[in-house]
Amino acid sequence: MTDVTDLGVAALRDGIRTKAFSAREVADAFIVKVSKAKALNAFIVETPDHAIAAAKAADDAVAAGETLKPLAGVPIGMKDLFCTKGVQTTAASHILEGFVPPYESTVSHHLWEAGAGMLGKLNLDQFAMGSSNETSHFGNVISPWKRGGGDNAPLAPGGSSGGSSTAVSARLCPAATGTDTGGSIRQPAAFTGIAGIKPTYGRCSRWGVVAFASSLDQAGPMAHDVKDCAIMLEAMAGFDPKDATSLNLPVPKWEEGLNPDMRGKKIGIPREYRVDNMPAEIDALWQQGIDWMKDAGAEIVEVSLPHTKYALPAYYIIAPAEASSNLARYDGVRYGLRELPDGANLQEMYAVTRDHGFGDEVKRRILIGTYVLSAGFYDAYYTQAQKVRTLIARDFDRAWLECDYLLTPTAPSAAFALGEKADDPLAMYLNDVFTVPSSLAGLPAMSVPGGLDKNGLPLGLQIIGKPLDEQGVLNAGMAIEQRAGFTARPESWW
Amino acid sequence: MSVDQNTVRKVASLARIAITDAEAERLTPELNNILGWVEQLGEVDTSSVEPMTAVIPNTLRLREDVVTEGDQRDAVLANAPQGEHGFFTVPKVVE
Repeated sequence: MTDVTDLGVAALRDGIRTKAFSAREVADAFIVKVSKAKALNAFIVETPDHAIAAAKAADDAVAAGETLKPLAGVPIGMKDLFCTKGVQTTAASHILEGFVPPYESTVSHHLWEAGAGMLGKLNLDQFAMGSSNETSHFGNVISPWKRGGGDNAPLAPGGSSGGSSTAVSARLCPAATGTDTGGSIRQPAAFTGIAGIKPTYGRCSRWGVVAFASSLDQAGPMAHDVKDCAIMLEAMAGFDPKDATSLNLPVPKWEEGLNPDMRGKKIGIPREYRVDNMPAEIDALWQQGIDWMKDAGAEIVEVSLPHTKYALPAYYIIAPAEASSNLARYDGVRYGLRELPDGANLQEMYAVTRDHGFGDEVKRRILIGTYVLSAGFYDAYYTQAQKVRTLIARDFDRAWLECDYLLTPTAPSAAFALGEKADDPLAMYLNDVFTVPSSLAGLPAMSVPGGLDKNGLPLGLQIIGKPLDEQGVLNAGMAIEQRAGFTARPESWW
Repeated sequence: MSVDQNTVRKVASLARIAITDAEAERLTPELNNILGWVEQLGEVDTSSVEPMTAVIPNTLRLREDVVTEGDQRDAVLANAPQGEHGFFTVPKVVE
């Protein structure tokens, strides 16, 4: 019999519909795999009862001959940044440890409405701040991948959605939710050989998602392949009156619209993305991607995005500025941790609670954000960054006059070892060099596996599309996926 | 611009984060390193550019001025570290 945990979202959904297996068998198989994978530290909380309840509902619907919901009986992992009613939600922080939301985030609500079940809450970089999953209060997530040749160094699964990338890559769940502020879906997807898409800003509601940088944060799916991403995204997206930035537009039928034929399409190659010291392997992968696109019928054009080099510094002003404001709500009064030393007054309670409750990277970003927003510096830093952001968005607008999509590498390297960049915040920030510009412009973008590096580690290719053109991004991603024929899997050592 | 330890302490107090002298000492070069790097934005001529306010054109919606979800006192207080008589409680702030 097939091992159902090898199957993706579409195959599970279809198998349950055709009674090839029951939803309960699926849930049980994944629950066992999750329980045996503690060494990866991908889950903060496991929720087998939630997955079993959804499976039972799906099996009952099958038995009654009812029309099944789009994700009936498909168990997924939920990044622990999404508030889930009655289930601890921490954003991987100490300050929210023990927080049990009395409400459900809109995205998770949509997924349960679509019939999905939850296997657990996935680990992440604390408050989604990080590119390696080394900032979680609950310990590092370990990538299931190893370098070849007996090198046993634990590798970073990428971040911030590293629990999600690890869980999907290790086949602990067929799909997971992620959130992307500057690349937090795409970079971990690339590091672990899976697919992930960040839709246009405003497609997925941010309501009930622990906020990092509100003008950038956007939820999206991570899954085995492009088709599964399309199915998941369809369930997650949609207008939400509770989120003022939610786009009031119907959700397209992305799965139905999938078409990898690139004839008549123009693929832009941004020349400024050829950064200094780019490893030859990344360059070779990029060229391979270009050849695959040509093979799919696309025309390749070189385009210029002149303000690319300013995207990262702009991001590292805007994101911390918004974070310092968003994280002001964690003060020990309404929820989460409270530290009240003997005789402390209110101000001291705030300061001690936040000192103990936040990790080093979170504090570092709050301090930067507070500084760049402070009187006297606001215009020099924040306003200037928001002006540069306008220029970055204009670069993309001009590029769209010449091409339909942009093709770039997802990250400047394969996964690095845990600890390798932990002492150098700037080196860590530079890992997001290819993903941040499209985030600043709010554009849909996805990473698909493109191949392996010399150590046998996955490398990703990124497709960036026009606003609201998730369909085009998925289609181009599928064109690459079909030609890459990526089947590598991490060997099970955990 | 570069920050000294006093500035770091001041920023930390604005951010309501307690830091020790040792942390201020450690954070000062870290923050300077990052701030020095973001200062390259000053090279960009933005004299005729408006700062971005919305990344995807979208107009702010208004809703009816009515209570949508009332009577949630217990749910609102459910996660409070300390509450009393239906209120959040904090250390005494008025003598």
